[in-house]
Amino acid sequence: MLIVEIQKRLSHFELDVKFSVANEIVVLFGPSGSGKTTILNCIAGISKPAAGIIRLNDTILFENKKVFVPIQKRNIGYVFQDYALFPHMTVWKNIAYGMQNESFVKNLMKELRIEHLRDKYPSEISGGEKQRVAIARAIATEPDALLLDEPFSALDNQTRVKGHEELLRIHKLWRIPIILVTHHLEEAKKLGNRILYLHEGKIRDSEMNANLIQS
Amino acid sequence: MNYSPLILSLKTATIATFIVFVTGVVLARLISRNSFRGKSVIEAIILLPLVLPPTVVGFGLLYIFGKNGFIGRLLLDWFDFQIVFTWYAVVIAAVVVSFPLMYQSASAAFRQYDPNIENAAYTMGASKWRVFWTISFPLAWPGLLAGLVLSFARALGEFGATLMLAGYIPNVTDTIPLAIYFAVESGNLEAAKFWVIIIVALGFSAILWLNWWSKRNMMRHVQK
Repeated sequence: MLIVEIQKRLSHFELDVKFSVANEIVVLFGPSGSGKTTILNCIAGISKPAAGIIRLNDTILFENKKVFVPIQKRNIGYVFQDYALFPHMTVWKNIAYGMQNESFVKNLMKELRIEHLRDKYPSEISGGEKQRVAIARAIATEPDALLLDEPFSALDNQTRVKGHEELLRIHKLWRIPIILVTHHLEEAKKLGNRILYLHEGKIRDSEMNANLIQS
Repeated sequence: MNYSPLILSLKTATIATFIVFVTGVVLARLISRNSFRGKSVIEAIILLPLVLPPTVVGFGLLYIFGKNGFIGRLLLDWFDFQIVFTWYAVVIAAVVVSFPLMYQSASAAFRQYDPNIENAAYTMGASKWRVFWTISFPLAWPGLLAGLVLSFARALGEFGATLMLAGYIPNVTDTIPLAIYFAVESGNLEAAKFWVIIIVALGFSAILWLNWWSKRNMMRHVQK
């Protein structure tokens, strides 16, 4: 269970959100600049909220001015928007960087159909392959939660649909809280157990808002 | 032919480059990605020797390391040691004039890759030290190497500040640029020509090698 309560001043508005994620996929949906990535960064420990509390299972990761667990100690997997693969390392080295258990990682690579890429560099593989490598790399650390920042936005339609299926399958295998950021409504509806509609740093719950945001 | 200028130049430039490389890389890594109050003032001070006449830098160094200078006095009182007119002074002058080049190259090198690459490593539990050695340093390496070669070339060619702080003492502080100046001064054009050819050859081969190396390596892992 991931519990998030964040307040943070951004350049054009105040980010103020409160939500929780059980072992499900929660989609953060909203236009660009609505604070989605900032929320993920706060959960991962890359940015610091001004106030609030972030709790993962029994561990408090952030609490006002009292607690701030550094990124390295949070055990949260993060798939960045442009994947942020290590360009100077092979696929295998990328995935093994934070690896806990080798046989687990090998199974994971088989599951994601990227075994044959192990000695390739990120510049030598396709967008869809990069995305699968990034997901494998994030899960290889056996995280307690997974954050995905628009992981499908750079992919063509066909690859995107495959990516959706993979994510659902992975979630079935590793039941951890997953937060997926997207500004693609179809994708949000297809993947999310729940959708949080974000607008200027606040969560609005009606779907009407979503349609407004979308248009 | 007395080869002491060549040996002295290579020795002092190598030591200076080593110092400049380590401090430049550390400082650039600490400063370049962070924003804090006074950052632009600190960066301006670091880059100042680049735009000042070397004589001004030399004057400033004399002011600090001279007999009555702040550090010069301490060294004299405590260790009975004088920096001015020694080869240490040559190194200090070279460090100060080449530092801005290293800092600028390193700072650009650390800013040219996506910071999320480092963040990704942190989310995987890597320590700061491990991230620096396995991610930041290798990704910045082409730019760091360029800074290293430029700093070495600049250290090798330093004249004004060296003359002011170290003076011209044959076999002690006579680097190649100084040897050229005093050879011309004393009408020994043969010796001047010889040293000119040596230093042009050194500079030329350093740049040639750097270009060749970067063509070969820089494109290797560029993300498409």
